[in-house]
Amino acid sequence: MGRYVIRRLLQAIPVLLGSTFLIFCTVYALPGDPVMILGGERRIDPVLAAQLREQYGLNDPLIVQYWNYISGVFVGDFGETFQGVQVADLFAGKFQVTIQLAVTALIIEALVGLGLGLYAALRRGRWQDHAVLALTLLLVSVPTLVSGFVLQLVLGVKLKTELGIDFFPISGTEAGWRSFLVPGFVLAGTSIAYLVRLTRTSLMETLRADYIRTAVAKGMPRSRVLGRHALRNSLIPLVTYLGADLGTLMGGAVITEAIFNLNGIGQQLFQSVARRENAVVVGVVTVLVLVYLLANLIVDLLYAVLDPRIRYE
Amino acid sequence: MSELNTAVQEPKAHPRRKQKEKKPNSLWSDAWYDLRRNKVFLVGTAIAILLILMAIMPGVFAPQNPLACNLVDARQGISSEHWFGIDNQGCDTFSRVIHGARISILVGLLTSVVTGLVGGVLGLIAGFYGRWVDVILSRLAEIFFAIPSILGALLLLSAVGRDAAGVWTVVLALAILAWPMVLRIMRAAVITAKSQDYVTAARALGASPFRISVRHILPNAVAPVIVVCTMNLGVFIAGEAALSFLGVGIQSPNISWGLMIADARNRFLMAPEPLIFPAIFLSITVLSFVMIGDAVRDALDPKLR
Repeated sequence: MGRYVIRRLLQAIPVLLGSTFLIFCTVYALPGDPVMILGGERRIDPVLAAQLREQYGLNDPLIVQYWNYISGVFVGDFGETFQGVQVADLFAGKFQVTIQLAVTALIIEALVGLGLGLYAALRRGRWQDHAVLALTLLLVSVPTLVSGFVLQLVLGVKLKTELGIDFFPISGTEAGWRSFLVPGFVLAGTSIAYLVRLTRTSLMETLRADYIRTAVAKGMPRSRVLGRHALRNSLIPLVTYLGADLGTLMGGAVITEAIFNLNGIGQQLFQSVARRENAVVVGVVTVLVLVYLLANLIVDLLYAVLDPRIRYE
Repeated sequence: MSELNTAVQEPKAHPRRKQKEKKPNSLWSDAWYDLRRNKVFLVGTAIAILLILMAIMPGVFAPQNPLACNLVDARQGISSEHWFGIDNQGCDTFSRVIHGARISILVGLLTSVVTGLVGGVLGLIAGFYGRWVDVILSRLAEIFFAIPSILGALLLLSAVGRDAAGVWTVVLALAILAWPMVLRIMRAAVITAKSQDYVTAARALGASPFRISVRHILPNAVAPVIVVCTMNLGVFIAGEAALSFLGVGIQSPNISWGLMIADARNRFLMAPEPLIFPAIFLSITVLSFVMIGDAVRDALDPKLR
């Protein structure tokens, strides 16, 4: 087990290096001179500009700049912006917002997805099953961009003005966890649909197995057959999907954040690209790649918990 | 739809019953047989054909010039003359929505084709040659796969700059981060096909590696790739809208639904029409391609048979 984890972590290193290098090259190619953008409308004194370039290592070759950056990241130093703010400090608040959003989305996704999938599988072939499938088709087809604005209008404005219900804040994060309900659902939308389908197929396959028939035949209560035998054995693909989705949700949050005015990493990245704050841009993507790789590793390790037949050497 | 299909139905009716007929690809004729009878596929295709017609000749559907705008008329509601109202810039929303179909569908189709070709060819090479070729290509794919797609595309397009942004830059930005998915699927299918008897037989007969991979392995491994490419169409269309919404994709005066949504968002709560109608069309377009993708998967995935 320990050796497996170490091997997986070592395998993740080239992927992390490759991804961050790609992003670094892209950021390097962004148009505009970061030092000149720092001055805004005013022109920066050439002597000062040269000094700043030297200070931030902008005169070094690309590969040297990359090495200086990435060797810092491995000891937790994400560098500083041109305004002298530590990138790590800047991240703290922003990542908190995005993580809250992504986790809310993941919880909604798991509850709705597993619930509806289970329901459809148990009502296989009946009209309820078809209704759930039609619903997933609808969920997949409505992009975040559309569902976000529509729910903002319906839940945030119409519900308030027509019915007087003011439960769903639709902008900012002042209302605590409630602020994340609607954005979380919007962000989870497409994923919910895939999870419903996956749960349904996976469970239907398990329900056909011989041991389920045996369990039913020996008079085991229905709930126990489902929980103990069927669900646990259909869980592996679902856990894989949910785990991999955490990274996707965090990376895909930029649109949701823009619609609901949430000040998370997506918004930060967007602003930093315009301001040429290279350290921030590369940092955001580096952390997201790390989240993706770690989530996948944890999912793989969970397999052994769910299915004792799986052993890691 | 029925008019379209009758021509094809006659010569190959009930392909499943005609077992004697020497069809090398029974998977394809079976799939086509299934598709023609699948209501989801027929409805999806009907909507898609309508949208494609709109994309090819928007002038037939939209009576007014989408670029002829009069600021005096800005933000009018729905009327008999302006079916979807008038947007913030005084342009007719209906005409703009119709003209917006072209870029959405073009980006979706091109990105699907590019990812299919790049991922497919590299996946074939990785699966067929195995060993270090496979290791290098698979690792490379992992590197691209680990980058979040919308954020990565946002960065790439920012690096290209707004002046150069257009259909092809959006297609490439989306494709660069999406091809690894196709590679994985193609590689897995090729590895399965490679160990089949007919490949061993072809090799024993002295067929060249190129001939084996193209004539024997490819036709038997391409089905899952077609499935994933069809299913991705909707994802790419939504991706284009998202990037244009963020201001790095298609640029004005070109018309894109994502751009229209971005333009209308500030006054959205007072004047929802200019945002709602492109949003509805975007959803319908994605829906039609998702329906086609679902049906193609059901028809081509042998596991579900």
